[in-house]
Amino acid sequence: MKKLTALALMGALASGPALADLVFPDLSYRTGPYAAGGIPFSDGYQDYFALVNARDGGIGGAQARVIECETGYNTEKGVECYEATKGEGALVYQPLSTGITYQLIPKVTADGIPLHTMGYGRTSAANGKVFSHVFNYPANYWDAASVAIRYLLSENGDSLDGKKIVLLYHNSAYGKEPIRTLEELSKKYGFDLTTIAVDHPGQEQKSQWLQIRRERPDYVVMWGWGVMNQVAVQEAANIRFPMENFIGNWWAGAEHDVTPAGEAANGYKALNMNKVGDLPVFADIKTHVHDAGMAAGDGSNLGSVLYTRGMYAAMLAVEAAKTAQELHGTADITAAQMRDGMEALEMTAAKMEALGMAGIGPEFSVSCENHGGSGMGIVQQWDASAKVWVPLTDFIAPEDDVTGPLVIEDSEAFAAENNIAARCE
Amino acid sequence: MFYREAGDFKTSYVADNQTFPIAFDRYRYYAVLAVAFLVVPFIVNDYWANAVLLPFLIWAIAAIGLNILTGYCGQVSLGTGGFMAVGAYACYKFMTAFPDLNIAFCVLLGGAVTALVGVLFGLPSLRIKGFYLAVATLAAQFFLVWLFNRVPWFYNYSASGQISAPERTVFGVPVTGPNTSAWATYLFCLVFLVVLAWLARNLTRGTVGRTWMSIRDMDIAAEIIGVNPLRAKLTAFAASSFFVGIAGALFFSVYLGAVEVGEAFGINKSFLVLFMIIIGGLGSIFGSLAGAAFMVLLPVLLKNVLVGGFGWDTALAAHLELVIVGALIIGFLIAEPHGLARLWELAKEKLRLWPFPH
Repeated sequence: MKKLTALALMGALASGPALADLVFPDLSYRTGPYAAGGIPFSDGYQDYFALVNARDGGIGGAQARVIECETGYNTEKGVECYEATKGEGALVYQPLSTGITYQLIPKVTADGIPLHTMGYGRTSAANGKVFSHVFNYPANYWDAASVAIRYLLSENGDSLDGKKIVLLYHNSAYGKEPIRTLEELSKKYGFDLTTIAVDHPGQEQKSQWLQIRRERPDYVVMWGWGVMNQVAVQEAANIRFPMENFIGNWWAGAEHDVTPAGEAANGYKALNMNKVGDLPVFADIKTHVHDAGMAAGDGSNLGSVLYTRGMYAAMLAVEAAKTAQELHGTADITAAQMRDGMEALEMTAAKMEALGMAGIGPEFSVSCENHGGSGMGIVQQWDASAKVWVPLTDFIAPEDDVTGPLVIEDSEAFAAENNIAARCE
Repeated sequence: MFYREAGDFKTSYVADNQTFPIAFDRYRYYAVLAVAFLVVPFIVNDYWANAVLLPFLIWAIAAIGLNILTGYCGQVSLGTGGFMAVGAYACYKFMTAFPDLNIAFCVLLGGAVTALVGVLFGLPSLRIKGFYLAVATLAAQFFLVWLFNRVPWFYNYSASGQISAPERTVFGVPVTGPNTSAWATYLFCLVFLVVLAWLARNLTRGTVGRTWMSIRDMDIAAEIIGVNPLRAKLTAFAASSFFVGIAGALFFSVYLGAVEVGEAFGINKSFLVLFMIIIGGLGSIFGSLAGAAFMVLLPVLLKNVLVGGFGWDTALAAHLELVIVGALIIGFLIAEPHGLARLWELAKEKLRLWPFPH
């Protein structure tokens, strides 16, 4: 009997103050035509949580647990992954796929779990009055379209009148998102917009580039992802399209998109929502995670564009979790509390510097109405000889007076379709 | 010993012609139905419904549809994905244009529209056969996907080209939209599958089915004995497309809730359904169900075993999954070219003699 009591006591002690893990599912894709982008993003996402666990002892004392689930960028597998992980106490979902995002928006809202689609997903989710559980800070597609046009304006002495711009887009929800904003902007600035679609997965683009060659546009803007980017850069080189007039969005501007074309890709430009470069946090990840043998994947992506973005996404999730812990005075937060934390998130330069990521993103704060952040982005250019992305500009702000009304219009249509009452009043 | 005809006396032609002439089979069938209707709805959770049961039920409907065309009527089709898209988009248009129309009717109307489209694309089958027909239906696949991507009217001019299902209820219980419960969506799809499978079974053993099979076996001979090939082929296309359209409508409205045509109804979906009926067994309703189960459930099972059970790397598991499913398909087809349905038949033959095989 004594032994039993002792055992029971020991068991109770060993379990200690029962702090449950904070669960962050990672709906990754390491297979299929989009794996080239999915792998570094997922590595960065997981490594940052591993770093927080190893270096800081978790988030506010609670360990972060990442559950990885392979989606292959496929919506059905995405649903399966969501259902398989939501019961584990998932705090936030980041599917890195616009298609899966569309699927999850109604589901997460019904289940009360926040969804963070950083720079992708449904643009009008920036309107927090309608989308209570969806966040797309720091920026979205319409911001990206506006930033790209503003950059072109600044290059052309603030006038794009009569210029010809081609949008080369992935023929999916993802690629179609910017069209509406670009149409508005073309009306406003008098440029001529042609949209050319590339079908999934994007390996076959000969006819599209033939059309581009015929139309002789001044600029080509690309909304591409996965294997489509590499092919597009190669095709642009084949028709000798001037690379400095070819601008990808922030999902078409990673190392693996340009390296296959070699020297020919020199001068290709792309947007970015986070700065790349040698951040102090990488040294920490190297010592605490990679050298400890806990690297996600093969550990070769440290510091690449999408690795940095994945890490940035994880950092924003961790900061939101910390905010939630402060708000609710508990380390063991729930998904509902996480949502409150995301809505109260404030990113300042000092905060980013303290985390060893000075200037990785713009300063922004999230509010009940605004789930979209500041929407700022930079333009970077590929230097093929040094094999680095060189930032050309500082963070450029989008034209909120153009995107704002579009966001309101689209989100209100969604609200009317689904009988959602406006919040924040 | 238990599985035998002996002692099971039939006293009418109806009894003699029933689908399950052996008593044991009959009771098993009723038991399966009873479990599916009376037990599963009470224990099903979100994961089981959304990851396992709904895809199985919906793909089973699609597989029965294609099996009518390919298995019973002998017309190869690679347009299944495109026809599913027709069902989905028709259902979406009916759902949004007539918000008060019950979802069950939207799904049925989606099937009806698909039947019309199927007949249209079935017309070339009167002139061309075999591989050539496969290519013609392949054209349907690409044309339909292109159409739904291209014409904004089909997706109600939404910015992203996605269609998403608003909430609709049956008897006050939501079956589409975000606030559904697992049992409701499951039962909704199950009712469709059971009714359609019953319909298919009875179609295929009646006059219509016999004309289809005569066309499949030898169209010239069929024509000589008085079968009208125009009618037979077009009814097969219509019935098949109706089933496939309903599967597409359910796939969009109940299962996924939001789809993007290129991804959800691409060419790989056409191949998936074709694999289902080849592995399950051509010309067999049971084969359609078995094939759908094999192609839908096996990847999920493998994933859960490899990642959940062994804790392997997700990418490795995803690649291995392809290897294992591929190897199993080849293995099955070498062992039994007529599919799982034939294996099931053989097992039943053996059971009849057991334990005294001669």
